[in-house]
Amino acid sequence: MSDDGAPVTIDSTVTAPQSVADDETGWTASVRRRVEKTLPITELLPTKQPAYIGSWVYVFGVVTIAALFWLVISGVVLAFFGSAWWHVSSVGHFFNSTHFWSVQMFFIFMVLHLWGQFWGAGWRDGRAKTWMVGVVIFSISVGTAFTGYVIQQNFDSQWIAINAKDAINSTGFGGLFNALNFGQMYGLHVMLMPIGVTLLVVLHIIQVRAKGVVRPIDDPFQVTP
Amino acid sequence: MDAPAPYIHWGFILISLPNFVLICVMVLLFVAALVAPFPSHGPKEPRDE
Repeated sequence: MSDDGAPVTIDSTVTAPQSVADDETGWTASVRRRVEKTLPITELLPTKQPAYIGSWVYVFGVVTIAALFWLVISGVVLAFFGSAWWHVSSVGHFFNSTHFWSVQMFFIFMVLHLWGQFWGAGWRDGRAKTWMVGVVIFSISVGTAFTGYVIQQNFDSQWIAINAKDAINSTGFGGLFNALNFGQMYGLHVMLMPIGVTLLVVLHIIQVRAKGVVRPIDDPFQVTP
Repeated sequence: MDAPAPYIHWGFILISLPNFVLICVMVLLFVAALVAPFPSHGPKEPRDE
């Protein structure tokens, strides 16, 4: 109720978030202005895509994300119960296998996505940073898979770790990155590397949304630099 | 399962049979993705300009 007893009506056009005005200052206004310019909601969540998106080649990337989703879910379960569980119980075997086959799918479809972007020259028209972030994701993923293989806690992982120790020693980084140091490998595998991959995948998706999917090479509307 | 995988040795190329089969399947999948018709929903939208 207002002072004179009349009911208060809320004007939604005033209370709803407004676009930032050009004359507003401060870091929040600056960030909002930049986000609204580079990533408007119509680009972030588009309801329509160009006709050339209608190809199975563009499905490889999202299947890779789906595999990453199941990798993280199964990995959290494995981390919670530990190796004494995933090696001996039937449910543990199931989640261990889910984690293993998810990573197979992750790499298979990431490489198929890479082939599609390579032969489609996906870095064109200002998308070089998107390509570069993809390269970094691929590189960290290889490291994440490697650290995963050496922490399985079985004879296979011991064989891999011993050979890797020799190989990495020959590069001069054996003291910094010790494949026989289970704590280091486990920490990298369950913490730093998956967080890095996940954050970079989010950045990669935002980059794709911001720039849109690159036009086909033979597109008559191709932008010439 | 514990036996070592058979290997294909062709000149300087040395690859296990499972890896070779997997790469062949990936190539087939990639080609299939290029040529297989993609299901569309409703009439096609005009090109994004």
